Amino acid sequence: MKPPAFQYHDPKTLAEAVGLLSTLDNAKLLAGGQSLMPMLNMRFVLPDHVIDLNRVEGLSGIKESGGALEIGAMTRQRDLEFSDLVKAKCPLLHLAIMHIGHRQTRNRGTIGGSLCHLDPAAELVSVAMAHDATVTVAGPNGTREIAFADFPAGYLTPAIELNEIVTTIRIPLWPAGHKAAFIEFARRHGDFAIVSAAALLQIDNGKIARASLTVGGVAVAPVRAAEVENAITGQAPSSELFAKACESCRSFEAMADIHASAEYRQHLAAVLSRRALEKAAGLADNAPWNRAH
Amino acid sequence: MTDKIDITLRINGRNHAIRVEPRKTLVDAIREDCALTGTHIGCEHGVCGACTVIVGDEAIRSCLMFAVQARGKPIRTVEGLAQGNTLHPLQRAFMAHHGLQCGFCTPGFLMLTASVLEKNPDIGEEELLDVLSSNLCRCTGYQNIIKAVRAAQEEMKPKVAAD
Repeated sequence: MKPPAFQYHDPKTLAEAVGLLSTLDNAKLLAGGQSLMPMLNMRFVLPDHVIDLNRVEGLSGIKESGGALEIGAMTRQRDLEFSDLVKAKCPLLHLAIMHIGHRQTRNRGTIGGSLCHLDPAAELVSVAMAHDATVTVAGPNGTREIAFADFPAGYLTPAIELNEIVTTIRIPLWPAGHKAAFIEFARRHGDFAIVSAAALLQIDNGKIARASLTVGGVAVAPVRAAEVENAITGQAPSSELFAKACESCRSFEAMADIHASAEYRQHLAAVLSRRALEKAAGLADNAPWNRAH
Repeated sequence: MTDKIDITLRINGRNHAIRVEPRKTLVDAIREDCALTGTHIGCEHGVCGACTVIVGDEAIRSCLMFAVQARGKPIRTVEGLAQGNTLHPLQRAFMAHHGLQCGFCTPGFLMLTASVLEKNPDIGEEELLDVLSSNLCRCTGYQNIIKAVRAAQEEMKPKVAAD
């Protein structure tokens, strides 16, 4: 339970970090370390080189630009949690952050690290998927942008090259007054979710003008429930509508592991999707499941 | 083995010049190289919270940070809580309210709650429970820890200057 031996690199600039990543074999980037360090301690990963991004200038910060939030990859989850800008403009992100691990891990964990680790149940991955985020990566030949729908290449595997570093996450904002809900089922608060659901609703004149529903923890990466989104758009929100539409989540391709069978995950996908939509639409205020903890 | 690196860790106001492999976690360096064994090691993968220390001004899990990353940052461990022979209000409250039995998790709880109460002296019930749920204690059932933190909270509040 001690990390394997590696060479440690401590670049100060992004160019230096990209240079190291391009020239070193079997190198790993270290962001907040809240996933990589357990994997090192358990020797699930055995890098020859660790490139620490914590002293690289200019990789953190939160700002609003052109109708989107631009978040530096090394921005700590704790800074997102306490950002007034995030709370006011991107309620889904604020709500999701509260489910990530615990205070001590949020103090270190970063948004870029979470997206690149790409745990199927990771809250920030679901938020990026729900908001159609764009990821900017820097490599030896400059930068490029990746739509988040194309970002997951497989289990724990982002669609970036071995010599590329995620620098910025751009989260397009929904109009003021939109509704958001993030719920998850975990054995204990702060544990990895077995299944999570993230809902965004824009309700105009009593009808759903726009909907986004993302289910995490079911497939190898969080998935958008496009069938549900289409079924409820243009309709008046109701528990009956959501319950009927969310039945389609039972047909998601689902993983099975020691925590839950595929069938159980599909069941949770349908139930949590309905609940997230109900919560976002303000239909869950008296629901027995809708309590703190 | 990889080459060792010379670093200085500033713990509880004192500099410790040490030579460590980059793979050495902060908690191992604190215990083995700085000989401060008050900080305990539990799970070594960020689940139990026993190794919680304060780096900068935030509580972190010192098994999930390398010692080389803590260079130049003020570190506080359980040894830094007492002032001479006077125990910190949290330490006294944990004793008075039986907030520990075996004591293995206690240094982590003390540093976590010290950091939380310093930053948020008026922390509410729900947030406090959320904070305490991050650390594992298998003896107390948590109720006495909650009582202890509540008692210390009153004592730690900044005193209003009397006329």
